Amino acid sequence: MLIIQPMLSIGIFYMRTDKMMRDVAIIGIGVTKFGELWDKSFRNLIAEAGSKALFDSGISGKELDALYVGSMSTGRFVGQEHVGALVADWSGFAHMHIPAIRVESACASGGLAVRQGYFSVASGMNDVVVVGGVEKMTDVVGDEATDTLATGLDQEWEAFFGATFPGLYAMIATRHMYEYGTTREQLAKIAVKNHANGALNPYAQFKRAIPLEKVLNSPMTAYPLGMLDCSPVSDGAAAVVLCAADKAKNYTDKPVKILGTGQASDTLSLHGRRDICTFDSTVYAGKKAYEQAKIKPDDVDVAEVHDCFTIAEIIAIEDLGFVKKGEGGKAIDEKITTLDGKIPVNPSGGLKAKGHPVGATGVAQIAEIVMQLRGEAGDRQVKDAKIGLAHNVGAVGASCVVHILEAI
Amino acid sequence: MKDVGIVSYGAYIPRLRIKSSDIAHAWGKNPETITGGLGIIEKSVPSPDQDVATISVEAARAALARTNIDPQDIGAVYVGSESHPYAVKPTGTIVGEAIGATPILKVADYEFACKAGTAAIQTCMALVKSEMVRYGIAIGSDTSQAAPGDALEYAASAGGAAFIIGRENVIATINETCSFTTDTPDFWRREGRKYPAHGGRFTGAPAYFRHIMSNAQNLMKSVNSKPEDYNFAVFHQPNGKFPVRVAKMLGFTPDQIKQGLLCPIIGNTYSGSSMLGLASVLDVAEPGNRVFVTSYGSGAGSDAFDITITDNIKELPRKNAPLVSELIEKKQYVDYSTYAKYRDLLYED
Repeated sequence: MLIIQPMLSIGIFYMRTDKMMRDVAIIGIGVTKFGELWDKSFRNLIAEAGSKALFDSGISGKELDALYVGSMSTGRFVGQEHVGALVADWSGFAHMHIPAIRVESACASGGLAVRQGYFSVASGMNDVVVVGGVEKMTDVVGDEATDTLATGLDQEWEAFFGATFPGLYAMIATRHMYEYGTTREQLAKIAVKNHANGALNPYAQFKRAIPLEKVLNSPMTAYPLGMLDCSPVSDGAAAVVLCAADKAKNYTDKPVKILGTGQASDTLSLHGRRDICTFDSTVYAGKKAYEQAKIKPDDVDVAEVHDCFTIAEIIAIEDLGFVKKGEGGKAIDEKITTLDGKIPVNPSGGLKAKGHPVGATGVAQIAEIVMQLRGEAGDRQVKDAKIGLAHNVGAVGASCVVHILEAI
Repeated sequence: MKDVGIVSYGAYIPRLRIKSSDIAHAWGKNPETITGGLGIIEKSVPSPDQDVATISVEAARAALARTNIDPQDIGAVYVGSESHPYAVKPTGTIVGEAIGATPILKVADYEFACKAGTAAIQTCMALVKSEMVRYGIAIGSDTSQAAPGDALEYAASAGGAAFIIGRENVIATINETCSFTTDTPDFWRREGRKYPAHGGRFTGAPAYFRHIMSNAQNLMKSVNSKPEDYNFAVFHQPNGKFPVRVAKMLGFTPDQIKQGLLCPIIGNTYSGSSMLGLASVLDVAEPGNRVFVTSYGSGAGSDAFDITITDNIKELPRKNAPLVSELIEKKQYVDYSTYAKYRDLLYED
């Protein structure tokens, strides 16, 4: 008994992590343009985003304690691994010998890198870290990008049998249509909304609005998802600088605090789920983030959610609690999620229109929310945005990272 | 030194056609999306007994039929193609022999994707200008390949054109030519492979558009001209959309490109593409007309020409050989299975 008692108390102590962690703020952001950037390499892109973020924060390289970088599959996209050291080198930090960590969780690699950076500062181990996300996807041609993305699926039980991302999301969409009466028009309206937002975003891959008919008549990828229901193959990078919140005002007048972070996993394969119309990883990651932030879904003023396909935005806003399960399709009809709606979703254009360089996406979402909370989002600015949420999904929901941010 | 230019020209397009919609049906694609997306209604198909040698000979003979030139006065034959029948053994020797220009003759086969023919024009210009030869024949001709099911299958077609370049009785003076070349791997076919590979959308902005835009602008800068100074403009035509878009980007009107835009009804004849466009313009051009021609070859490069039609065109018996419009009208459709048999698609690469 004498031995067990201290162990129990340690257990309880660890569960109450919020008591021992310190607050963390974002003091700088940097993003590259997203798109088919034929003249920019993997290393150029991340160095550009990183230097923009450092410049925005006003810190010098000497003040950096660590570097985190999220990327999904540099090995297959550009034949390069050992990405942490490479990024440190190409950012000019090789001779400072700062630790560099590469983080991978399929399409949620970026969001997870931010979460790891957050932990390192919140724990007190580091004061200032830079977190980047990057992917260079257009160096491969034809089906290679699709095949590489499919490495985020279950190779033995899904990809091996020919399943692809569009195919699996199409199954989710058909089931959602069957269960809840969601229509192809509602799916298409998500693309129309996000393209309208993307048209206002100078960093977006597709800076153009598209009419509903064009989405509905786009070549069929996997029923009911046409080509314009799918996010594109993109190059791009994003970076944020994280700092202990009590030191943030030394660097910037507009720090943005990370109020909450949540992460969850689920079965790697879609067929292992209890319900394919819900991503439990989103539900649990969201729950943890809301609890830590001490807010409810209704308190969120602006959200960037993982709309790799139009159906993904519908289930995301349901699983995050913005609308009831099954009402995600109706939300777009009622214009709840448009720029001037009750809860604007994907003001950046989302993955659909802004582009989806997979490793960069999670970090770029955070950068967009920071721009929104600072009031620096230009034509796509959401009015009076105080609290923002970023939702980053790995593959078909096997992992999810949610962050909640607040201007301080 | 006398002006160098085109003395005569000839064209050839195989008679067989396949509709884009038939190809789309074979692959379970929506024909309207394909036709609208690529801007190609139908394309020419070579018969089993037609290849780059026969097409080149037809075009060269057509060019000679419009002149009284003694074939023995032709000092050079250059054939540009990416589908020469032999990997080793020239097409140019076959053409030279067939038109009676051998044996005191400079010959070489050229390959530069779709611009090998315009590169041959430049070579002939240099030989003629330096008086190394009296006449040179530059030919661009192809029976281009496309893997079954590839997007290229809707475009890759067959045809060619020949231009006799000389100093005397020039019907079209070539005032200036310039080129723009980089190492840009947008489209290629490895040694021994049956079908080419391509970089998908990479073939657009950094390849076709960058090279044509840069080269066209350089040419207009060097001769101090503007798009409105030209009666006709011809661009390389890999599909029906790219030439229309690049013309618009440069400031040319749809009327200027209409006469030379053949891809929608015959497909992409590769090395023959911009040259057949130019032949079509010469079919109707009048003295004083100014013509702007820009080719593009993957890999990548572009040749541009600033051309003025002379009074001599009135003396050229254009009716002595088929006009491009006549070659286009003379057609016979094949279905996809016949096409597959004729194009040898039924065997593994």
